Amino acid sequence: MTAVAIPPTHPTLRPRPVSDVLTMLGRSLLRAVRYPALTVFLVVGPLVMLVLLVYVFGGAFGAGVAPGVTPGADGRAAYLAFIAPTLLVITVVGGATSVATSAAMDAAGGIMARFRTMAISSGSVLSGMVLGFLVQALVAVVLVLGAAFAMGYRPDAGPSDWLALVGLLVLLGLALNWLCVAMGLHARSVESASNLPMVLLLLPFLGSGFVPVDTMPGPVRWFAEHQPFTPVIDTARGLLAGGAGLDGATVVQAVAWCVVIGVAGYVWARSLYRRERRL
Amino acid sequence: MPTIPTEPAIQVAGLRKSYRSRSGDQLVLDDVDLVVPAGTVTALLGANGAGKTTTVGVLSTLLAPDAGTVRVAGHDVVREADAVRASIGVTGQVTAVDELLTGAENLRLMVRLAHLGRAEGRERVAELLERFALTDAADKPVSTYSGGMRRKLDLAMTLVSAPAVVFLDEPTTGLDPRSRRTLWDEVRALVAAGTTILLTTQYLEEADQLADQVAVLHGGRVVAQGTPDELKRVHDAGTLDDVFLALTEPAAATPAETTTTDQEAVR
Repeated sequence: MTAVAIPPTHPTLRPRPVSDVLTMLGRSLLRAVRYPALTVFLVVGPLVMLVLLVYVFGGAFGAGVAPGVTPGADGRAAYLAFIAPTLLVITVVGGATSVATSAAMDAAGGIMARFRTMAISSGSVLSGMVLGFLVQALVAVVLVLGAAFAMGYRPDAGPSDWLALVGLLVLLGLALNWLCVAMGLHARSVESASNLPMVLLLLPFLGSGFVPVDTMPGPVRWFAEHQPFTPVIDTARGLLAGGAGLDGATVVQAVAWCVVIGVAGYVWARSLYRRERRL
Repeated sequence: MPTIPTEPAIQVAGLRKSYRSRSGDQLVLDDVDLVVPAGTVTALLGANGAGKTTTVGVLSTLLAPDAGTVRVAGHDVVREADAVRASIGVTGQVTAVDELLTGAENLRLMVRLAHLGRAEGRERVAELLERFALTDAADKPVSTYSGGMRRKLDLAMTLVSAPAVVFLDEPTTGLDPRSRRTLWDEVRALVAAGTTILLTTQYLEEADQLADQVAVLHGGRVVAQGTPDELKRVHDAGTLDDVFLALTEPAAATPAETTTTDQEAVR
């Protein structure tokens, strides 16, 4: 028997993208189960905003978003209908900020370096994270929606509207998660990883999220009308209202923004993953 | 089982590597030559900052060489990075485990990424837990592990894919004497099974105990390479400590027997 010093390459060590992504998704979800505080945080943030905005400000604000509504209980109901879609979007944004922290943690510890020395699909490490947090965000969205229902929210959406809404939130989640993975890898430390994504949480306030944009002064209004979250929130709101007041151009803008953000985030994240880190 | 070495497991010639930063490039590896025969242990020695970790980084495909040829397990680290990755296992200085998962879950993650079958994987996990005395802690989260247990789990994870070449970057730093012995025994068992090991270490006793061959890294070059006994003889030194101190002194007044030290003297 002739023994060779170097064994032949194990045939099963060839990259298998689908299997690797599923493995990494499993890891991400297992981490979520082991550290539920993060998922709870994803739900609690939007929930506090929902309760505060509806029960404290809603009575007065309602008349501002739905002309003719009397302040008080009717105002609260009108404001709840106005901001419930916004909070679903904000829940998805919250999920994305957690991705940044998670990516920075992996990069700071040795585990990402370990993955990079293994014969696995190079995209699987980040894809697993992106998909794992998307699942968590969607679970959080369902819980926030449930809370809105409990507060009396009754959307007029039909089955196709709901389906389109899920599609929109998934698309938004994928786009923001890729962007935030890149932001997390770009950060110098785990502590600062969520700084840049926090800006994303501000954008719904500087758009159509909480008040109609036509009540804003010139420059602010211009910004509100031209930033990505306004068409996304308007689309979500329109779908939940059963299509009322929703025009095609808004939907196209919303989808286009998501695609642009997603592709840019993906390209940036992949290049940061391959970047050499000083050892 | 007799092994007939066909090609060295690690071949490095003229390796050059510098880090780019805003304050200018910093040259870490100037001209490194290193040959590690298959099935042997080579210890890479060097002072702090000598470039041991950088060398391991290049060999394990984490860093791209600026110049030179680097072949690991018969494959070029730049052009055939995936083939190299399929043949190596790396345990770095920073413990590479998932803190939120249990020890067994970490190992199962490696099993899935190595694309092992279900039954084979289960067997491998049980065997590695047993070998590293982690069976009792298998279902506890890694965040509750001691430093030594983390190190052991880290190495166990590296071995899941049964790599032909294993890199250990300061594997025993911070370990108590008993854990260190356990790890040494593990290294010996791996080599007995035909694995090639390159380890970096600060402990010269470790190199003396384990290594078939020692390479001393200084000034971005390998300034001496040989068996521990050869080095002691050439440098007329009683211990590897003395060899190390003689070779890595800032203004090295080294004997002129070897060509590498000649180069040092010319500088």
